Amino acid sequence: MTTHALADTGTLTGRSLRHIVRSPDTIITTAVTPIALMLIFVYVFGGAINTGTDESYINYMLPGILLITVASGIAYTAYRLFLDMQGGIFERFQSMPIARSSVLWGHVLTSLVSNLVSVAIVIGVAFLMGFRTGASFGAWLAVAGIIVLFTLALTWLAVIAGLSAKTVDGASAFSYPLIFLPFISSAFVPTDTMPAPVAWFAENQPVTSIVNSIRALFAEQPVGNDIWIALAWLVGIFVVAYAFAGVAYRRRVS
Amino acid sequence: MTTEQSPEPAIRVQGIEKSFGELHVLRGVDLDVARGSIFALLGSNGAGKTTLVRILSTLLRADAGTAVVHGFDVAAKPGDVRESISLTGQFAAVDEILTGRENLVLVARLRHLKTPGAVADELLDRFSLTEAGGRRAGTYSGGMRRRLDIAMSLIGDPPIIFLDEPTTGLDPQARIEVWDTVKKLAQGGTTVLLTTQYLDEAEQLADRIAILHQGTIIQNGTLAELKQLLPPAQVEYVEKQPSLEDVFLSLVGATGTEKES
Repeated sequence: MTTHALADTGTLTGRSLRHIVRSPDTIITTAVTPIALMLIFVYVFGGAINTGTDESYINYMLPGILLITVASGIAYTAYRLFLDMQGGIFERFQSMPIARSSVLWGHVLTSLVSNLVSVAIVIGVAFLMGFRTGASFGAWLAVAGIIVLFTLALTWLAVIAGLSAKTVDGASAFSYPLIFLPFISSAFVPTDTMPAPVAWFAENQPVTSIVNSIRALFAEQPVGNDIWIALAWLVGIFVVAYAFAGVAYRRRVS
Repeated sequence: MTTEQSPEPAIRVQGIEKSFGELHVLRGVDLDVARGSIFALLGSNGAGKTTLVRILSTLLRADAGTAVVHGFDVAAKPGDVRESISLTGQFAAVDEILTGRENLVLVARLRHLKTPGAVADELLDRFSLTEAGGRRAGTYSGGMRRRLDIAMSLIGDPPIIFLDEPTTGLDPQARIEVWDTVKKLAQGGTTVLLTTQYLDEAEQLADRIAILHQGTIIQNGTLAELKQLLPPAQVEYVEKQPSLEDVFLSLVGATGTEKES
């Protein structure tokens, strides 16, 4: 049966992508909040923020905005997974001769596609607002790679939430802390103006190293150690979330 | 295999037990379902019908006992069991955002059939859904949704079909449509295990009826056999033949409904 895993995952990904095409508002609402934040930060706060670099403020804060976009987008995965289990179609899939992991992977790949579309929209608006980069094709690929990894890691967290939630609200509420994490990081202001304990947290939480890596790639600067710290965080979160999602899944279906 | 009759039954359940914490839902269930027959599992709400169906369709593991479906042990060979069965759950398991046709194509793809589109069109026709096939399933009436649900279960011609309360919540007209479908299925050689709390449904459809009460099968037989169980003394009180409802209530007793979970 595992020989069908790829085909089944493809079929189920096609199914939930069709859901998104039929209600494109999920992509638009995912993009609207980060765009609004971007407008406020650039045109309201930005003039007063001293980032300590010559970069324009939008160049400085776009990486953080991209992470917020993904963090708010993955809530829909938890929501859709929860609805599947409520409706009985999940049980139908479980009682069919299909690779069981493909039910979850279908949702995860859908999340990847829809979040990348949202991220592309946000980057497009950022260009209109004056974002500029001379990043090479390789640097763009590296940024895309980081965003893909970030989306996968967070989506598996969303899968845990979707599988174990008792209510629709519970399924999507978990993403709020994730959306706020970039605010306590180097995403919008340099960490050295923060009080010592906050600065310590900001410098040692995953968002800072991810944001610094993307920022360096866009600015054609060396990424230094940040990229390795970022990758370690992302792979770590991915592996742990994937494992716990597996546990939550088996608890749900056994 | 210690079979009394020569053909192996489609479903053989022996000593199945299942508890959820302190709640002992199944306390040793035994039953055989002959190939090509319609078998009704009758019981009140909470009697454990759905739990048994979930165990047989590999969605749930039993705590004890064995269940063999189409010759495959559900615990040891769940993959082979899933190849042999189809489950129509208590709540219509259709994708409301997809159209009726897309729902059928989806299941046909997941069953790895060669021509999913043709399979879908044939079933739409058979279930009088051709006109509605292009509409989203979310817009369907309860009866249409249930028909689509059953049509999805027939894709790939599984030899055994589980129908968990297939007519709960349907209007009388839709009920009769479902009954006709089930009868046709059995005529085509499919084994049907259905659960129901409607006594007339079991009476209408089933070749054999088992009554599940407080976690065990308390009676198992044909309608005629079950009717003979009423003590003659009670027959004297009524002028016409006892209905299955009388049999059920007398077997379950007046205290039956208090202990349900």
